[in-house]
Amino acid sequence: MEQPLTRHINTQLPPMTLKEYQKAGGYAGVTKALKEMTPGEVTNLVKASNLLGRGGAGFPTGTKWNLVPMDQNQGPKYLVCNADEMEPGTFKDRYLLEGNPHQLIAGMIVAAYAIQAQTAYIFLRWAYKKAETALRKAIAEAYAAGFLGKNILGTGFDLEMNVHSSAGRYICGEETALLNSLEGKRATPRTKPPFPAISGLFGRPTVVNNVETLCWISHIVENGTEWFKALSLTETGGTKLFGVSGKVKHPGLWELPVGVTIREILEDHAGGMLDGYGFRGLLPGGASTDFLIEDHLDIKMDFHTVAEAGSRMGTGTMIILDDKTCPVAFLQNIERFFALESCGFCTPCREGLPWVEKVLGAIESGNGRMEHLDILKFQTKYLAPGNTFCAHAPGAAEPLQSGLNYFYDDFVSHINQHKCPWKS
Amino acid sequence: MLSEKEKTEILKEVNRYPYPSAACIDALKIVQEHRGWVSDEAVKDIAHFLHLSNEDVEGVATFYSRIYRKPVGRNIILLCDGISCMILGYESIYEHISGKLNIRFGETTKDQRYTLLPISCLGDCDHAPAMMINNDHFNHLTFEKVDEILENYK
Repeated sequence: MEQPLTRHINTQLPPMTLKEYQKAGGYAGVTKALKEMTPGEVTNLVKASNLLGRGGAGFPTGTKWNLVPMDQNQGPKYLVCNADEMEPGTFKDRYLLEGNPHQLIAGMIVAAYAIQAQTAYIFLRWAYKKAETALRKAIAEAYAAGFLGKNILGTGFDLEMNVHSSAGRYICGEETALLNSLEGKRATPRTKPPFPAISGLFGRPTVVNNVETLCWISHIVENGTEWFKALSLTETGGTKLFGVSGKVKHPGLWELPVGVTIREILEDHAGGMLDGYGFRGLLPGGASTDFLIEDHLDIKMDFHTVAEAGSRMGTGTMIILDDKTCPVAFLQNIERFFALESCGFCTPCREGLPWVEKVLGAIESGNGRMEHLDILKFQTKYLAPGNTFCAHAPGAAEPLQSGLNYFYDDFVSHINQHKCPWKS
Repeated sequence: MLSEKEKTEILKEVNRYPYPSAACIDALKIVQEHRGWVSDEAVKDIAHFLHLSNEDVEGVATFYSRIYRKPVGRNIILLCDGISCMILGYESIYEHISGKLNIRFGETTKDQRYTLLPISCLGDCDHAPAMMINNDHFNHLTFEKVDEILENYK
């Protein structure tokens, strides 16, 4: 089984230097793209590969790039790498950033070339200190080797690359909020349209891609679309980083073909539940995805198959709910996070999420009433897409609506017993 | 007043963007790096330096969780309260630290040695529970391990 993204990552060792990575075949895609292909050919190749964005939404990467105006002499354009990983339960980008920063830089050079951006920013989560050190070192190496700066590889293409370490806030992961943050402002999302590809950073055409997405680019240029498609078990090409956290025997992260079943990840890789713990449900791709339960274990991890089961593949890092963890407390934790991280710009999100958290807190502490369940159900509609300015609150509503559905009896037993049945 | 060193560092960031105002967050972080936190006076000084209004800088300073608008201790303990850390028992780690240092979230010890704060998911979910102290990460926390780690931060 091929593992292109993690092949050169060894967590026991420092990340590869540029020389080591080049020796192992890295940067070959950069040379090929810049010397043998036009920008349009690179975009078309990525489009033909059907690479879907790995940040969680699964938007086709080539389609995003295709929206960027390509007229000559029209002023600056930007490429931004979204490395603001902060989705609860998600730890995949951190692994790629710390493990092989040159893979990301190579992908970013090719992506910037495709859209003819001359400046690239890596918007990095504040807390990822080790990644920051590794990235800064790798970028300096790339400048020294002529992969960044003026006239890269003698092709006439220029690219400056900067690391922007953020100051904390989940909403910075929303691409338009990220752009405001990069401009030094409060990270409130912007109206779309115009989409960032037309008017993004500093009002200029900008592409924002996730770390894992960008890590693919150089590999796809080097090996072609057929190779990429053959890596997966479904129509979505490639492999994907899948992770499991919670009360399983071996929590961890693995690069596996897209389309592997949840059961395989959970049982073969994570080793199944810890002794003495039973499985109750899981969030397949971070805190903002709907619960799946035992019935869903044989579905394939792919954007459309997980969507058919009523959830989202999201970031592909699963959080397992076991039978010794209270589902109400589990949801209260998640909703507290979303309430705290609301940017406060639109009313349903700013007011609705703290309300949800308070109601869950009342139920969890034994002060719940049956009408509280109606409030929670109402909120899942009130916070639905279309009622809020961005996807933050709808994301928060996903685990709540499915949690109410699958664990309804647990909510009722809290209310009837006037306490949390999980607490002695 | 911003020190010469702070000004030099801020200007270096300013040069990486097309407009000086874009370096607002970087400027706040630089001042905090030198002084531990960002005072009202520092907000005004940054605003003046970057040609922004005081209110703009204040709005940015209070938006971001990692900009401190109140004095903090010499060491900042950031305990992950994310869902994976909750499942693996961060709450008991919190009670342990809180009892040991006699402070709750948001408080600083009397000797100014530690400030205790919650932080959202640190991306270390497969090694939960996790925390940071200053710029250092720790995981697989136990009471004994926490006691040992805390001793190293004077």
